[in-house]
Amino acid sequence: MSPLKDIDCKLLVIGAGPGGYVCAIRAGQLGIDTVIVEARKPGGTCLNIGCIPSKALIHAADQFAAAQRFASGKSALGISASAPVLDLARTMHWKDAIVGRLTGGVAGLLKKARVKTVEGFARFRDGKTVEVETEIGLQVIRASEIVIATGSEPIALPSLPFGGKVISSTGALALTKVPERLVVIGAGYIGLELGTAFAKMGACVTVVEALPRILPQYDAELTRPVEKRLRELGIEVLLEAKAKGLKGDDLVVESAAGGEVALPADKILVTVGRKPATEGFGLEELDLDRDGRYLRIDDKCRTSMRGIYAIGDVTGEPMLAHRASAQGEMVAEIIAGENRAWDKRCIPAVCFTDPEIVTAGLSPDEAKALGYEVKIGTFPFQANGRAMTLEEDAGFIRIVARADNHVVLGVQGVGAGISELSSAFALAIEMGARLEDIAATVHAHPTQSEAFMEASFRALGHPIHI
Amino acid sequence: MAEHVIKLPDVGEGVAEAELVEWHVKVGDKIREDALIAAVMTDKATVEIPSPVEGEIVWLGAEVGDVVAVGSELVRLKLPGDGAAPAEDERGAADAPPAATPAAAPPVAEAAKPRSAPAAKEAGTAKAAPVASEPPRAAPQRRLVGGPPRPEGEKPLASPAVRQRAREGGIDLRQVPGTGPAGRITHEDLDAYFAQGPALARAPGLQPKTAVLDIKLVGLRRRIAEKMALANARIPHITYVEEVDVTALEELRARLNGHKRADQPRLTLLPFLMRAMVRAIAEWPHLNALFDDEAGIVHQHEGVHIGIAAQTPSGLMVPVVRHAEALDLWGCAAEASRLGEGAKAGTATREELSGSTITITSLGAIGGVVTTPIINHPEVAIVGVNKIVVRPVWDGTAFQPRKMMNLSSSFDHRIIDGFDAASFVQRIRALLETPALIFMEG
Repeated sequence: MSPLKDIDCKLLVIGAGPGGYVCAIRAGQLGIDTVIVEARKPGGTCLNIGCIPSKALIHAADQFAAAQRFASGKSALGISASAPVLDLARTMHWKDAIVGRLTGGVAGLLKKARVKTVEGFARFRDGKTVEVETEIGLQVIRASEIVIATGSEPIALPSLPFGGKVISSTGALALTKVPERLVVIGAGYIGLELGTAFAKMGACVTVVEALPRILPQYDAELTRPVEKRLRELGIEVLLEAKAKGLKGDDLVVESAAGGEVALPADKILVTVGRKPATEGFGLEELDLDRDGRYLRIDDKCRTSMRGIYAIGDVTGEPMLAHRASAQGEMVAEIIAGENRAWDKRCIPAVCFTDPEIVTAGLSPDEAKALGYEVKIGTFPFQANGRAMTLEEDAGFIRIVARADNHVVLGVQGVGAGISELSSAFALAIEMGARLEDIAATVHAHPTQSEAFMEASFRALGHPIHI
Repeated sequence: MAEHVIKLPDVGEGVAEAELVEWHVKVGDKIREDALIAAVMTDKATVEIPSPVEGEIVWLGAEVGDVVAVGSELVRLKLPGDGAAPAEDERGAADAPPAATPAAAPPVAEAAKPRSAPAAKEAGTAKAAPVASEPPRAAPQRRLVGGPPRPEGEKPLASPAVRQRAREGGIDLRQVPGTGPAGRITHEDLDAYFAQGPALARAPGLQPKTAVLDIKLVGLRRRIAEKMALANARIPHITYVEEVDVTALEELRARLNGHKRADQPRLTLLPFLMRAMVRAIAEWPHLNALFDDEAGIVHQHEGVHIGIAAQTPSGLMVPVVRHAEALDLWGCAAEASRLGEGAKAGTATREELSGSTITITSLGAIGGVVTTPIINHPEVAIVGVNKIVVRPVWDGTAFQPRKMMNLSSSFDHRIIDGFDAASFVQRIRALLETPALIFMEG
């Protein structure tokens, strides 16, 4: 293998996920000589094995479930159809095409921004030098600034290492046959999103959760509509239950009562969390300060070593693509000499369960814990015309504001398609809106967004439609 | 390119020029037909000038504070269509005759006239605040006002764009007072902070202030300034102060107010004084006069037109009660009250604000023992009313509590000798102290 000519650049980005590629494109736009290293397709977990493919699968599952409802002859809409058939292999092919379009798009955008892409695994030699094992040889890259955007990976259970019937979310998104019996370990958002999708596609799904409730990062009010829907879909949820390991074809689970239960399973999807990808690329050499498992960063995403930045999942919670992108954009501008710092008021989060959950800012409990006196307004979709016409009137929008000056502290909601309202919620908080601002904004009728306005009315004490 | 010229229309009878007090538009603005473009002020009234055409402002002919002659070019507009269609050009040319023919003015003047009364009202309120040196773009003149202080450690409330601008400008937003709702920091707050620097940052204790606000004198304030300077420079004032026992007058007044008909106005001291002045002027007619000192002529008027100085939101105004000699007590009261309210509301007409032959000024309500009134040029006398207070008065055997009021009156010493001035005031005093005399015939 002949040594390749060394590359010298101003900025090197390691990892082309939604943090890294945004950082590189923005840097390229700003005229910074930028190189990005990625071993796989650009787009990271999000585009390849996360957000996008899972949403494709959820959409397909919803369409199939609707067809089944029509076939059952119980549709109130008066639609009937013959029994639908799902060809999951074709579904996956369709999904892969979407992923291909997006990753190809990112590669094109990087090129357009004059960012050089080096394919391969990077490894730190020192704080200014990285070597990449490429197909054509060892590539040494020297950069004055380096951004670590290596992301995160699924956590495996020691008793259930990935392999065979034990799969991660990545494996679940590559199945070509709907498993007859699927056990999901972990009732976080990834497990519930995928578990729900497979249940709609016909799998018999059981969810095993060690904690006493599902989606533990959300309050009970928000998760109640999801729990109800899980029951309707026939998904069994075992709470306070621990997966012990495999025994033949069965998964052994220690139940809440203390006894052991054997769950027959064709596939076991382990979604017990994600960990930052900090190993295997020479990060140990740099001995950067940590914050638990994550890299410690300041409000400019600087690590403890000069010239080395970190963005995205490797820097901690919330592990969300849009947080990584915003950090990446900021870091590129900082490297270009702009005065920037992380001062976001909220990072909205969406959980694509059925129904969807959106959170932005502080929940009522979080606000109270911070010492705020709050006003809370909740408006149910049962009183929203548009939700009724969609046959989706479960859920509500809830707004949390300071009692003294009505500045909005947080907005949460649960309901079908409510993910699209996340921008309105985040905008309100980021702009420093007060309840009166939202109440005085005309919301189009008939839309689910009216519930946002009505929730503000309610917090102000004068709702119209309830 | 079709251009339309708007000239200053004829804004009132006998008015040759007017002061531009406000621009409603700036170069580059696109305006509709009938949109107001400017406010001008004549001797007394403010008139809004509308645009007779639709178009884009390309040129402004004067600055605020300039005195503009009637018929001179005020604004040039680019007409829509940009001359691409010949028809537009013709229309533009027809609308805007190049010479200063009166053809262009009448439609504007007609449009202006019905508006003048409400327009004056608008202008009146608008000018309550000091007009800054660049009124068309008044935004930067905004002052830093300390919003409600943010509790210690609380994040400043501001939109992302404001936060970024502050960061780029090296400003810590925690130091910037927010004037928006809930103390939100707006772009304007940031502008003000950039303009004034961190000197006004919240700090404990007393702070020296070094800012100087330059206020251009325009409109009514400038008129008042000019008139006061003229009166004080030209007229050698003699001020004569006498105290008047108004105990009897106050009793009469209270009695009349107690028994008045519902349609009659409440009586103040003013109508009694007006009637007393009418009586006194009959004996000293040369005090009711206008002195044209350049021509060397005193125009002695038989009609008594009493100006009544009134504080209005825009400043000092002097509405005039005409022919007080022909009004009885109730008539004087009704007229004074109507005009006073009109002046305050800004609805007084030019005629109601001019033509006085003698003036009353009253600061009585506020208090004060003596004033040195400035004569309302070219008049020759002004009567000032001070506060009524109960004072002990020696009646020869004992002190009696009496309602006493000072009259501080100034006279043009070129025309009026001290003796006449004193006699005039003494006559008024006698009338007021024995109010029945006011109403005695002959």
